[in-house]
Amino acid sequence: MRVLVRPAQYAALALYILFLGFPLLWLVSASVKSSGELNSLTVSLLPGEWHWDNYTEALNKQGLVRSAANSLVVALASTALSVVIAVPAAYVLARLKGKVRAAGVGWILVSQVFPVVLIILPLFLILRTLGLADNLAGLTLVHTTYMLPFALWMLQGYVAAIPVELEEAGAMDGASRLTVLRTIVFPLLAPGVVATAMFSFVSSWNEFFFALVLLQSPENYTLPITLTMFIGGEGKVALGPLAAGAVLAAIPSIVFFGILRKKLTGGLMAGAVKG
Amino acid sequence: MTATLTRPAPAPGKKKPVLARTRRREAIALVLPSLIPILVLSVAPLVVGIFLAFTDARLVRHPDYGFAGVDNFTRLAGNDLFWDSLRIGMIWTVGVTLLQLAAAMGLALLLNSGLKLQGLTRVLALIPWAMPPVVVAIMWQMIYSANGGPLNAFLGGVGLPDDVNWLGDFSTALPAVIVVGVWVGMPQTTVTLLAGLQQIPAELHEAASVDGAGAWRRFTAVTWPSLRPIVTSITSLNFIWNFNSFSLVYVLTAGGPGGKTMVPVLFIYLEAFKNREIGYAAAMGLVLVVVVVLILAVYLRSQFRDDRAAKGR
Repeated sequence: MRVLVRPAQYAALALYILFLGFPLLWLVSASVKSSGELNSLTVSLLPGEWHWDNYTEALNKQGLVRSAANSLVVALASTALSVVIAVPAAYVLARLKGKVRAAGVGWILVSQVFPVVLIILPLFLILRTLGLADNLAGLTLVHTTYMLPFALWMLQGYVAAIPVELEEAGAMDGASRLTVLRTIVFPLLAPGVVATAMFSFVSSWNEFFFALVLLQSPENYTLPITLTMFIGGEGKVALGPLAAGAVLAAIPSIVFFGILRKKLTGGLMAGAVKG
Repeated sequence: MTATLTRPAPAPGKKKPVLARTRRREAIALVLPSLIPILVLSVAPLVVGIFLAFTDARLVRHPDYGFAGVDNFTRLAGNDLFWDSLRIGMIWTVGVTLLQLAAAMGLALLLNSGLKLQGLTRVLALIPWAMPPVVVAIMWQMIYSANGGPLNAFLGGVGLPDDVNWLGDFSTALPAVIVVGVWVGMPQTTVTLLAGLQQIPAELHEAASVDGAGAWRRFTAVTWPSLRPIVTSITSLNFIWNFNSFSLVYVLTAGGPGGKTMVPVLFIYLEAFKNREIGYAAAMGLVLVVVVVLILAVYLRSQFRDDRAAKGR
């Protein structure tokens, strides 16, 4: 019995790897198969011949490049905005004690259970009143707002890790508060800001629901919306270009998550574990 | 965080720490930039949403609506489609949450037992989490495809029926969608459980082993009780996330076939933006929020009661 434990464990692990990895492998493989091979009845894991045409075809679809550019603009703008307004707030949140901190942390937790369905209708009406529905600036503001709680949470953790004594030492040497922030806090906070920014970027880049509700004109669509339009059309779906487009859409997120892996599994989860 | 919490109070007469000198006005100025978008774009909509639930508002350019009292709610009581969607939503949410916990627990235990291939598995386990939900849905549509999809090809290869229309068949659509939900949500749960596992002192397991406990006994007596608080919090969060999730089901099936995967969030979206009944849809949203809060309250209460009982023993 004992002897069989390890092989059984490896068999189980292999099943997990298959379950987690196969869909991705299939998507990438479909993106380089010829249309003849995709439509044939024999199913093969690896393409008989590698075709890059799907990628050029996907990129030649007018909507795809423009919507990728829209996604990029919204993601960059909302990331910059949320980091710029979150850093000072996170500093206060981490350094203050008592009611302010409790309220801030409480709100961050509540934001996790925010009923998006209930909010989406009024949000749409409010943005329409402001003339910001069907508008990339409006979507940017919405993404910024909904990324903020998480950005605040991550950043206040990074601030809290900076010993207050360092700031006090700076203050006692006669430096002004701004100087202390600029010369002591910000340099130490930089890696945390970068991690937070990458996470925010991915959240915005991947976001679908708000974009679906708020954007109506095809020229404003973000990448996820355009991808669903490729499937949505009646008649035959060009599977190869669709798969290629999907791979392209996933690349930035996966690269950033790869870089963030250590930080995400370490720092972020420590909070959840300590509960 | 612990560093700041355990720091001893400054000795009297010593210069006050920087923080104490943070003037209130300064703090407000620093917080205000985040407070404004939050108030305008997330707190205000919540309040307006609750208000709308009691009106007959419709989605038109110049809304002319009035107070409708509880009309929306009485109308809702007789809407079988809504209650159907609530039932489907519960199957989806509970199914995904429990399967995700079970699958993640298995993977976390494997990853914590010193096997090789850990690095690969950990990277793979993060990918579903990172990918745009729309891409995930497109990918799984290909897997499930009735024409030349790899799942059917595999089933045919091992001698099982190979002509199942997974996402299009009444009986398989919901389970098929649930599997995708598990695929997406499992990684984060695994990572969290793994972090919890690594905090359990090895001596506990060794002591149990010396006492002759087998693997299952060690899991029920040592691992599970130690993980309980983490399991409670991750389950609550997953429950809410899964209940609120929209993109996956929307792209995979759009609620079909025949409404068999019509989860409540999708139902409300259609009511609001296709049927244009904003007030009615808001009432549905409000009912959902109340349902979720009640379920969570009952769950958390039961967990805390168990914890107290465990401590009393």
